[in-house]
Amino acid sequence: MRFLAAIGRPVLGFLAATGRFTLFVLETFSHMFRPPFYMREFGHALLNIGYFSLPVVGLTAFFTGGALALQIYAGGARFSAEAVVPQIVAIGMVRELGPVLGGLMIAARVTSSIAAEIATMKVTEQIDALVTLSTHPMKYLAAPRVLAATVTVPILVAIGDTIGIFGGYIVSTTRLGFNPATYLQNTVDFLELHDIVTSLVKGAAFGAIAALMGCYYGMNSGRGAQGVGRATKTSVVAAAVLILAANFLLTEVFFAG
Amino acid sequence: MTETPMIQIEGVEKAFGSKEVLRGVNLAVPRGESMVIIGGSGTGKSVLLKCVLGLIHPDTGVIKVDGEDVERAERDAFLARFGMLFQGAALFDSLPVWQNVAFRLLRGALKRPKTEAREIAIEKLRRVGLTPDVADLFPAELSGGMQKRVGLARAIAAEPEIIFFDEPTTGLDPIMAGVINDLIREIVVEMGATAMTITHDMTSVRAIADDVAMLHGGKIRWAGPVAQMDDSGDPYLTQFITGSAEGPIEAVR
Repeated sequence: MRFLAAIGRPVLGFLAATGRFTLFVLETFSHMFRPPFYMREFGHALLNIGYFSLPVVGLTAFFTGGALALQIYAGGARFSAEAVVPQIVAIGMVRELGPVLGGLMIAARVTSSIAAEIATMKVTEQIDALVTLSTHPMKYLAAPRVLAATVTVPILVAIGDTIGIFGGYIVSTTRLGFNPATYLQNTVDFLELHDIVTSLVKGAAFGAIAALMGCYYGMNSGRGAQGVGRATKTSVVAAAVLILAANFLLTEVFFAG
Repeated sequence: MTETPMIQIEGVEKAFGSKEVLRGVNLAVPRGESMVIIGGSGTGKSVLLKCVLGLIHPDTGVIKVDGEDVERAERDAFLARFGMLFQGAALFDSLPVWQNVAFRLLRGALKRPKTEAREIAIEKLRRVGLTPDVADLFPAELSGGMQKRVGLARAIAAEPEIIFFDEPTTGLDPIMAGVINDLIREIVVEMGATAMTITHDMTSVRAIADDVAMLHGGKIRWAGPVAQMDDSGDPYLTQFITGSAEGPIEAVR
């Protein structure tokens, strides 16, 4: 019996946590479609999540695209397939690396910042103050951030994809002797609309996950500095794991079979 | 016929896990009176206040505001009647001072044009002794005393009928604490509002209170007019007022 209890307790805990998070997600999404709408907070979130994440997502994509070109060239050389560098860089960046690395960078930058901000608001009673000022914290804090992340991360991913391909182009044309015009032609010819749509859908899903995890752990933070620290750390870890799991599921849906 | 109390608390109990914080609290706050709840740290004063606001739901018992059950009241209309000064002021870091003060006037049912909301905010800042140039600063740029004043200005910005003060003088020097106490008293009298304050600062109690209630062991131990507090004959209240380590309240809790 003790053995069964040892298994049952964490399983029940996991199910309860999943239920709480699901209700949180549903409530957040329901507030996006019910007035009042806090446009100022939405605008701030667009700026913070989208615009200010551009440098980190762009740099990550650029270096990844460059490294990918070098790897494919070196690996392809083993079976005389060096010429496929433009195609593989394009497909690798657009289908996988662009959205996943973009999502992970957003998790690092945005999830942590949302969780820390909301958790601090919680421990300093700012969330209670919101309630006493007739403002629903989910509507004021969570809904604008999650909506802004869902809208802006696909755009970030699209920019990241482009910069990543550009990184591969720079390395390939300056270090590996590719003809610039042919490289670009091969890239454009090989990519399909389906690849781009998939990339954007993944971006939207990863953006939503990143913001939701930040808001959820922030609002459920424990007391004091330790509570804020724990909420921030857990939110980033959970967002990163969920993004990778969602990536697998979406890849399965879009590309399997 | 006796008038319905503005706040009526009947048999309120609240436990967090195995810790019973409130064990049947009964208290009535008359309309237009200033009630101060005293009690040691961790006796559930803040929990009681948050139960009245609906931020925490009691396990059992009924809380009525102006005769209406808090749990059944329409939330926005109910909360619009309240103003609250939090212990740490709880100002929103991301907003300048005037937008903190006018928060309620910039959104929701009480929304006004931005210029009008700003004018009201500046007027309320003046009321609490702050100059208009503070309006565009951010809370982090203010001292603790100034933050408390801004919190007070925010609490009164929408002219509430009921104002709650959670430890209004904690962390302030005696002079600033005196200033805040005087402001609270003036504002409550001037607005004719019902006030409920929680504190363990006896100077605040004497400056702010019409009535005093002592919360101990999860229940109201003593309640009465502030003038009778010193002669209550209650050993718990006497020990609390004198701050003595000797008495029925354990010094180490």
